[in-house]
Amino acid sequence: MDKDLKRSIILDNYQEPNMKHTSDDSYIKINTRNVSCIDNLDIYLKLNNNVIEDVSFEGEACVISISSTNILANLLIGKNIDEALYLIDNYLKMINEEEYDKDVLKELSVFDDTSKQPSRIKCATLSANGIKDYLEKENHS
Amino acid sequence: MNRDDFEILKKNIVYFDNGATTLKPKCVKDAIIKYYSEYTANAHRGDYNLSVKVDGLYEDSRRTICNFINAKETSEIVFTSGTTNGMNILTSGFFREYLKKDDEVLITLSEHASNIVPWFILQKEIGIKVKYIELNDRHEVTLDNVKKAITSKTKVISLAYITNVIGDERPIKDISRIAHKNGILMVVDAAQAIAHKRIDVQDDDIDFMVFSGHKMYGPTGIGVLYGKFDLLDKVKPFNYGGGMNAIFTKDGYVELREIPTRLEGGTPNIEGVLGLGEAVNYLDNIGMDKINTYEKNLRRYLIDELDKLDFITIYNKEINTNIVAFNIDGVFAQDTAVYLDKYNICVRAGNHCAKMIDNVFNISNTVRISLSFYNTKEEIDLLINVLRNSKNIWEEIL
Repeated sequence: MDKDLKRSIILDNYQEPNMKHTSDDSYIKINTRNVSCIDNLDIYLKLNNNVIEDVSFEGEACVISISSTNILANLLIGKNIDEALYLIDNYLKMINEEEYDKDVLKELSVFDDTSKQPSRIKCATLSANGIKDYLEKENHS
Repeated sequence: MNRDDFEILKKNIVYFDNGATTLKPKCVKDAIIKYYSEYTANAHRGDYNLSVKVDGLYEDSRRTICNFINAKETSEIVFTSGTTNGMNILTSGFFREYLKKDDEVLITLSEHASNIVPWFILQKEIGIKVKYIELNDRHEVTLDNVKKAITSKTKVISLAYITNVIGDERPIKDISRIAHKNGILMVVDAAQAIAHKRIDVQDDDIDFMVFSGHKMYGPTGIGVLYGKFDLLDKVKPFNYGGGMNAIFTKDGYVELREIPTRLEGGTPNIEGVLGLGEAVNYLDNIGMDKINTYEKNLRRYLIDELDKLDFITIYNKEINTNIVAFNIDGVFAQDTAVYLDKYNICVRAGNHCAKMIDNVFNISNTVRISLSFYNTKEEIDLLINVLRNSKNIWEEIL
């Protein structure tokens, strides 16, 4: 993907994140706090029979965190837990420069060169790891 | 000043994160290398010349630090691993016994985690109450607010000399006077102050003080706990074992050594102690008053220049130390730091381990510049230029 296009997708999702809004009691809350003590996002998931019905998030974070969270949130809606975990696993593989399934990642591919900026890896994986941890627990319960 | 002493500065970096750690002058590195290449031995042990030499150098460092903060005697200086370690030795080895349920400890919302969390643990475990001295609208501690916060239950006031986000300097001498008039102990976290101003523990009448070596041009993993002799003598050791015992017999009888040795169980961080001693000598040679004046003038220049940029918000314009907290309007602090890093300008972004700071600023993350005597007006000019062009920030960092 062309650099300008990547940048504009990242910025669109940062400046006008359509999934950044409040939620109600029917959502479960996942707090992801970056250990570098700066990004702080709360992610809200609405699950119905193993299917992610809706996702939203709130909080303060950098451009990479917000943007990756927003894109991920959009992609997760309608997926069951296994599909969601497959998507997240492949996203994390891409960030960590491992072999991954390109087809499922869609717009998340804009972060495919994040590994070149090591300080940004945490930002790009903050929400993905938080959601992954929750879904894995859910899968085993 | 003295830029040639810092080899890393030749790599064209602009280092503005001195509140996190300072760069190290060559003499500190040399002191550490010398310990390993010329006289490696344990301290307080051997009957051979090398060990005696190391022992002497180790105690010389203690004397250097004693003089630097004007402690009454060298036994009041305990080597620790840093500020956090010093605070924890105090809270677990002294205050856990000294304080009783419902006793009150006064801190503020702008303290560093190391002057908050250990007190919270005592609050949870023995039922003391952690209370906050209210800050004024410039986020400072005033004597009136100290007096207002004191009750008959107040036993400790524990404050940073200079805070690490706002950078305000507290009137410690006056606060100590009020504390002692009310039978309250004065604990000072000097981590952000020790390399930037002259501190006289006797003149300020400080009961306990902690600081870190690496924020004062020394190595990491070494720090100092100062305590007035009679108080320090009551601190229970954190580490029992070698070096700190005088006698022990098979029936379990143990006699401990005097302070400060009693509080330095185990083989100490000898390279750290020697490196720190060298760092303090280095600071002394430049002169703390000279450093203080230089850094204050440089900060004023930085504030004046930042003020000319109408898209910058400065959060601590009025304070008078080496720290500036700001944001580019509409840009998250970390993104600003990544942008500046493209130009080899090192700044800190975040809440700087003061996680209650959003209660003070109404904003949780800032870009922090903390100046040192090796920073220059030219470096500030470069920063201002880069900030002026920050309209391109997204093209640069994405």
